[in-house]
This record gives sequence, C-alpha cells and structure tokens, in this order.
Amino acid sequence: MRVEGSVKTVILGEIIFPIVLLIFGIYHGLMQVLYRAGVIKDMSFLGIEYYQGLTLHGVINVVVFTTMIIVAFGNAVFLYYLKKPLRPAVQWVSFLLMVVGTLMAAWAMFAGKANVLYTFYYPLIAHPAFYIGAALLLVGSVIPLFFDWVPNYIAWRKEHPGEKVPLAVFGMLVNHIMWVIMLVPVVIEVLFQLIPVSLGLIPETNPSLSRTLFWAFGHPVVYFWLLPAYVMLYTILPKIVTGEGKLYSDSAARFAFLLFVLFSFPVGLHHQYTEPGITNSYKLIHAFFTLGVAVPSLITAFTVAASLEYSIKSKYPEVRNSLFYWWTKIPYISLEGDKWLVSYFMAGLLLFLAGGITGIVNASYNLNLVVHNTSFVPGHFHTTVGGLVTLSFLGISLYMVSKLMGKDIRFKGLAVIAPWLWWQGMLIFEYAMSMAGIHGFPRRTNTGISYLNPESPLYRPEWVGYAELTVLAGFIIVLGFVFWAISFFGTILSPKVRESTIEFPTAPALHDEKAPALNRLTPWFVVSVLLFVISYIPAIYDVTKRGVFFDSPGYNDKSPVPITKPQSAKEDQRNTAEAK
Amino acid sequence: MDRAERGAFITAVAFMGFFFALIVYAAKGLNIDVPTCITDVKPFTQGQVIQHAPDRYEIHYLAKMWYFEPADVELPVGSTVDIYLTSGDVIHGFKIDGTNVNLMAIPGTVAYARVKFDKPGVYHIVCHEYCGIGHQNMATKIIVKGGEQQ
Repeated sequence: MRVEGSVKTVILGEIIFPIVLLIFGIYHGLMQVLYRAGVIKDMSFLGIEYYQGLTLHGVINVVVFTTMIIVAFGNAVFLYYLKKPLRPAVQWVSFLLMVVGTLMAAWAMFAGKANVLYTFYYPLIAHPAFYIGAALLLVGSVIPLFFDWVPNYIAWRKEHPGEKVPLAVFGMLVNHIMWVIMLVPVVIEVLFQLIPVSLGLIPETNPSLSRTLFWAFGHPVVYFWLLPAYVMLYTILPKIVTGEGKLYSDSAARFAFLLFVLFSFPVGLHHQYTEPGITNSYKLIHAFFTLGVAVPSLITAFTVAASLEYSIKSKYPEVRNSLFYWWTKIPYISLEGDKWLVSYFMAGLLLFLAGGITGIVNASYNLNLVVHNTSFVPGHFHTTVGGLVTLSFLGISLYMVSKLMGKDIRFKGLAVIAPWLWWQGMLIFEYAMSMAGIHGFPRRTNTGISYLNPESPLYRPEWVGYAELTVLAGFIIVLGFVFWAISFFGTILSPKVRESTIEFPTAPALHDEKAPALNRLTPWFVVSVLLFVISYIPAIYDVTKRGVFFDSPGYNDKSPVPITKPQSAKEDQRNTAEAK
Repeated sequence: MDRAERGAFITAVAFMGFFFALIVYAAKGLNIDVPTCITDVKPFTQGQVIQHAPDRYEIHYLAKMWYFEPADVELPVGSTVDIYLTSGDVIHGFKIDGTNVNLMAIPGTVAYARVKFDKPGVYHIVCHEYCGIGHQNMATKIIVKGGEQQ
C-alpha cells in the first residue's frame, strides 16, 4: 500500500536516526575487543574512556537501536496489515520524545557524566539528563501503542467479527503490551530512587532494591527485542524462502507468543543468583520459570524449521523424501527478489542456536556460579540480541527503507554477504568469550592494562589467546556491518524508482485452526501480571525488610568518596581512617 | 496440533524438566547452592581473617573502590573457609577462580559462601562487576600452601 506524508517521514526517521547512532555503538564494540586484548593499553582512546565507550556501546545498541526499530516495524506492521491510517500527531509526538530523550542521554554519555554502563547499577550515579533522557525515550516508545495501535486494533476487530487478527499484528501487539508491563519496575527505580539521588533530593537509597527492580525489567526486555524477530521468522521468512512458502501452523505461533506473555516476567532473579539479600529458594523458582520460557523458543524452532521444510519440499519435489538434503535448497545467498533477506534470518537463526544453549547454562541456577559476570555472559548475548535480533533488525531496516523511499536496494551483493560475515565473526567471538569465561575472564573490564598486560603483576597469560581471538572476530563483525552500511546508505542516496509503499511478504498458514482461546488476550495478560507480582513479592520483602541493613549514598565512577555525602558515609570514612 | 508438533512440544518440556531436576539435585543433593539471604551477620567496616581451628577459617572480605581487604591470604591446604563479603561503597564482584565461589558485594548486605581448598596453589580473585575507573586493578588472591609442595 502507498505511504506518504508525515507517517512515512516518521517511520524513516525511526529507522535512520538510531542507525546513525549505531555506527558509534559498533565503533565502541570494536574498541572493546581492542582494549580488552591489550591492543590499546590505555584508559582512553581518542578522548573517550574505556568505560564511557562501553556505556555507549550498550545503551546505543540495545536500548536506542532496538527500541526505535521495534517502534518503526510495529508502526509499519499495523499500517500495512490493518489498512488503517496512523495519526500523524501521535507519530510525531512519539518520535520527537524518543529523539529528544536519546539526545539528552547521549549528551550525558559523550560528556562523560554517565559512565554507569547500560545497567546503571546504583550506588554509581549518573547525571540526571541520562535518566530523564532514557525515560523520555521509553515514554515515546509506548505512545503509538495507546493512541494508534490499540484503537486501530479495536476498530479492526469490530469490522471483522469472528476473524483472527493477522499474525504479525498479534505478535507486535502482544510484544508492546509486555513492554508496558515490564517498564513499571524500572520506571519505579528511576523515578523514586535514581533521579531523586541524582538531583540531590534524597541522600541515599537501597541498592539491592534498585537491582531487583532493574532486573524485573532487564530480563523481560530481552523478549521485547526477540519477539519482533520471531514475528519476521513466522510471517516473512517462510514466504520468501521459496516465494510461495507457507507457515506450518498459525496456532502454534500464537501459542508461543502467549507462553512468552506468561513466562517472560517471573524470571529476573536469575540475574541475581550470586547476590546476597535474596533467599535462594525464590531464586530457584525463577530458575524454573526461566527454563519454562525456553519452551516457546523451542516451539518456534520447530515451527520455523517445519515451515522451511514444507515450503522447500513443495517447491522442489526432488528433495521431498529427504531427511536433511532439503536444507541445501534454502537460498542462503541469493540476489533474486526479496530472497536476500533469507540470509539475515538464517544467519541469525544459526547464531541463536548457540545463544539458546549458552542461555540455558546461564539460567541453570548453580551452574551459573561458574559463569556469572565472566565473559561467558556477553558471549551469550552477542549471539541472541547481537545475533538473531540485530541481524533481523538490520535486514528489515534495509527492506523497509527501500520500500518506503521507493528505491531499489543498491550493492545487494554486499547486503547478502554482510550477515554471513557477522555470523562468522560472532561465532568466533562466542567461542572465545565462552571459553575465556569458563577460565574466569571477567566481563566489563579494561583487561588490557592489567590482566592481559605482561608488565602488570596481575598478568593472567591463560586469557591472552582467547582475547586475541575476539579481536579477529571483532574485525570480521565490523566488516559485515560496513558491507551492510554501504548497501543501506547506498540505497538511501540512490534515485527514487517507484512510489513509496509499505508491504511485507506474508506466508499463509498451512494449518490454520480457529482456536478462540488464543485470540482473547485479556485473560493471558491478567494471569501474567499476577504471576509477575506474586513471584516478586518475597524477593522485594527480602531486599527491603530482611537482607538489607541500611541504604547507601551515591558515588561517581572516579572517586571512592560518596557524592551525596550523608552522615553515615562520613562516619564510615572515619572508621576506615581510624582502622588505618 | 499434529503428531510432529505434539512430539516437539513434549520433547521441549521434558528436556527443560530434566534440566530443572538436575539443578535441584545439584543444589539439594550435592549441596552446590547459590548464596542466600543473610540476616544474622551485620555488614562490617573492616576485613579480617579469623582462625577457628587448624583447618577452619572465617574470612571477612570488605570490597572497596578499588581493593579487597584483607589483601592476599595464606591458608594451609585442606582448609574449610567461611567467606563473608560486603561492600563499603558501590557494587563489586568476587569470584575465586577454580572454585564455585561467585558472589556480589552489595553495600548494606552480607554475602556468604563456604569453600574447601583441597589442592595447594594460587587462587585468583577478581572483581568482576564494574565499580568505577579503577575496576580493572581490583584483584587479590588466596595462596593455599602445603600438601605435595612441602
């Protein structure tokens, strides 16, 4: 369908703005491996400190880029499938809030006033602009749900009684409602703990409570990133793999999304296994649900594989009786029509396989003691959010830009190779980071000037080889990104060849039952919120009443003296001075 | 739901159930458990090593920007050590390489783990949570002496 005017401008803005920032995010990713391996043996490079660059890498790549691309894709999905106009005023307000918020947070990070990493653990405290900017970005991202998507969804349901809403709309709607729910704890943390301390309104707050609130958001958010990629795997991939493919089962897809609704929330304590202040049996309950949330991903793995098998076998009768040979007919590298997108999804899926396995290791309670806060963890999430999610978002960004601007994709060959370079680099990275992590290599550490520096008393030679391997991996990944960026910006700068449209290839369902229980969202969300609240009551009680003895003042990253200086901290300092 | 789908679903649930059973067995049967909520030890402002018996020790680790107190500790081989950990300022991490001790140091709380050093050698401890500009230099070690070394 044709798209013109401000809605087109906004969606393009929501794609191009975060991608321009992503260039900085990826640059700081490359800097990470260089610092950590000791290629750069310094605290800063070109005026940006190591931990400042790490903050930029995390915030830009997984907060700004993911959120804005998800809003852009959601807008396009609702527009295209429901055939109902989006409201320009709503779109502009949402977009401008996200841009202003991002710029505020970016200023704080580039100015070095927010070296707190993307988890911003209290008692480290950033400039208020960092928190307020992040809050504006989040507020901007939920506006389309309330004022565009839900009203259009309700109107569509009225006009189509008894019909199922298109699967892509279903997935994006479920995902954004989950987004609103998971924002509640982090908004409480930021509004009532971090901003007041940062502005100097209160001198101290409870760090364990802030961590618990953060992770009540911080793990569900990974499903917020992942589900849009699943939407693409269910609707676009089976169609384009042969041009006329089908989705194996529509109900299985909806069921998987609803299992995410149930199990995405009571899981955050698995980031806090090694923490004091929370009784371990509550952590074990969260471990149970975390393994539970692997089930919808395994269902997705089955449905996507079955859809590929069905589509390939109906197109190529010669592989109809093969068990594995049909895999060779998947167009992994193809320039024909929309088949270039297949390479993004297949490379992403093959990375996600590694990410799923390492994720189960991380989730496994006592097994987590071996890998917690080692490089095993970033190894894991670079194949999930840095693998399937990023690759499908890069692919769909290029796709949407070419449709919305009415342009042919330029340098298509580079665009097809890019995800495979990314895949190869990320596999090497995952291997090196996992192995080093099992040997205790810490994450988030400028190891080049201490542990990986032969002149330092802290030198740990057993980590050197793995760190050097990540440098190789980093260059391959960045080369993949450069190939993609040449195609992306080449497409944007090329002349317009047709009118601006938005459309998505959509696979019809092979098995398509009615399943009314899967199309009534309210009961699923009621159970989900109850499970969320109940699973967190004991943990919140522990970190407020039992395990935490006193609140703490805030610190910045440069000095061991608290910046909010309450009485108790002064006493504490006196005690330490006396002891010495 | 067709046969293949049902098979896949049951397999997925069975695998996850099996993994969970193994976790519970390791936690309750083999006593490899994660830290819990400590309510009877108050956060301390000084690190120290306390010897209760020839092979029984208690170490109070205080993590501060950017060092651990006590610094290097020497223990005889075969020692069983109760480790208590707190932080004097921001969040720190504490992992003893080659053991299952992996803790977070959070101000206002006390983390606890027990470990037995059966083999002599140097056990490195690094701070594995970002704690400010000096984070990469925050490390210490436990030197376990005796056994075949003597």
